[in-house]
Amino acid sequence: MKPPPFGYSRPESVAEAVAALGTAAPDGKVLAGGQSLLPLLNMRLATPEHLVDINRLAELGFVRVDDGEVVIGALARHAQVLADPAANQAQPLLGQALALVAHPVIRNRGTTVGSIVHADPAGEMTAVFALLGGSVLLAGSSGERLVSADEFFLGPLESDVRPDELATQVRLPALGPRAGCAFAEVSRRHGDYAVCGVAVLAELDEAGDVSRARAAYLSVAGTPLVLDLTEAGDDPASAGRLARSRVAPAADIHATAAYRRHLAGVLTERALADALGHARERAGG
Amino acid sequence: MASGGSNRAINQSQDELFEVSLIVNGVTRTALVPARRLLSDCLRHDLRLTGTHVGCEHGVCGACTVLVDGVAVRSCLMLAVSADGARITTVEGLTRPDGTLSPVQQAFADCHGLQCGFCTPGFLTTITAALENNPEPSAEDAREIIGGNLCRCTGYQNIVKAVLRAAELRSATGSNPVGTS
Repeated sequence: MKPPPFGYSRPESVAEAVAALGTAAPDGKVLAGGQSLLPLLNMRLATPEHLVDINRLAELGFVRVDDGEVVIGALARHAQVLADPAANQAQPLLGQALALVAHPVIRNRGTTVGSIVHADPAGEMTAVFALLGGSVLLAGSSGERLVSADEFFLGPLESDVRPDELATQVRLPALGPRAGCAFAEVSRRHGDYAVCGVAVLAELDEAGDVSRARAAYLSVAGTPLVLDLTEAGDDPASAGRLARSRVAPAADIHATAAYRRHLAGVLTERALADALGHARERAGG
Repeated sequence: MASGGSNRAINQSQDELFEVSLIVNGVTRTALVPARRLLSDCLRHDLRLTGTHVGCEHGVCGACTVLVDGVAVRSCLMLAVSADGARITTVEGLTRPDGTLSPVQQAFADCHGLQCGFCTPGFLTTITAALENNPEPSAEDAREIIGGNLCRCTGYQNIVKAVLRAAELRSATGSNPVGTS
């Protein structure tokens, strides 16, 4: 339970970090909060040759609301995002999901951007990112590029970040005026990885009818699964049936496939009902 | 190849060594460590502060929790080199200079919040930091505060009582901020 040897550098700027990653590529790895990376190193499930520690890049420790988007820097800790009033007012799904990310002490150190880049299919923030259709800004030796959520997740623990690139920020759209959101999950113990979880976003038209509803699931596929629930209208039970018919989870030591499918249905019902309630409240009745 | 002295047993590798300076419980300490040295091991082996306990070494049990610049973190999920320059408070730093127990330590004694004591340093540091942010926790808050710490003896009920008792003691005696001075 000790990490294997690795090289280490602690850059003072994004340019230095990108240069260090370029030198180390393809066996370098970014160390931000380390709350997923350090367990992998301690258990020797990951053996990078070189770590680039970005904890000195204070300029990436920001959370701001900018032109209809919440922008989260690569060094913003979960706890910082969770406690940011402007970010949570602009996109309440952030706080709903972050409260379920591990435990407070893990959230003190773990970063929201790192959690998304880590692409754990059991991660709450990967589902939030996929559902909202956010984007990641990547800085590399050949410049910057912006990758959208629908192209970002390649597989379990694999995202579209090249070995010489550093994810510097994530952008998430704010919640619309006639929209509501909710997050629901089931885990064996509070703070554990969820056996199944769902984030729901529902939008109402001028007449108060559901114009669009979508859900993103964790722990039912190798990447966050996004489903369109619009056809279920304002009937959560129907959305639950839809979810049960569309998810194809795998069994593992924590749950059977059938139990995960059952949870996907039940959690969809609950979260859609909550999201619709939230949307009606925001739309003013 | 190995640097001598107390590091010998755990530093017999070709690892490059880094000098790390930490302000631990108000005292500046330095250590020469490989990049892969966990902060928990640096505190215990390099600095001989064995109050910080190591349980699971993957962030689940919470026994190794220390305060880094006043914030509770898992010392097994942080590299010592990453902590260079930081102010660290370990369980040894909670007791007042005259030996008086801190409110959280006293509350654990009052409420029988420990049996074997292995997990206790992590609970004490976690609760100390949490009460700085939330001086009047409800019973539900207390459960959320300690949700990331495992204890195999007490059954947790007495630890929840100790959180609430610590809040009372703090308000009665004045807070004893740690890691913030």
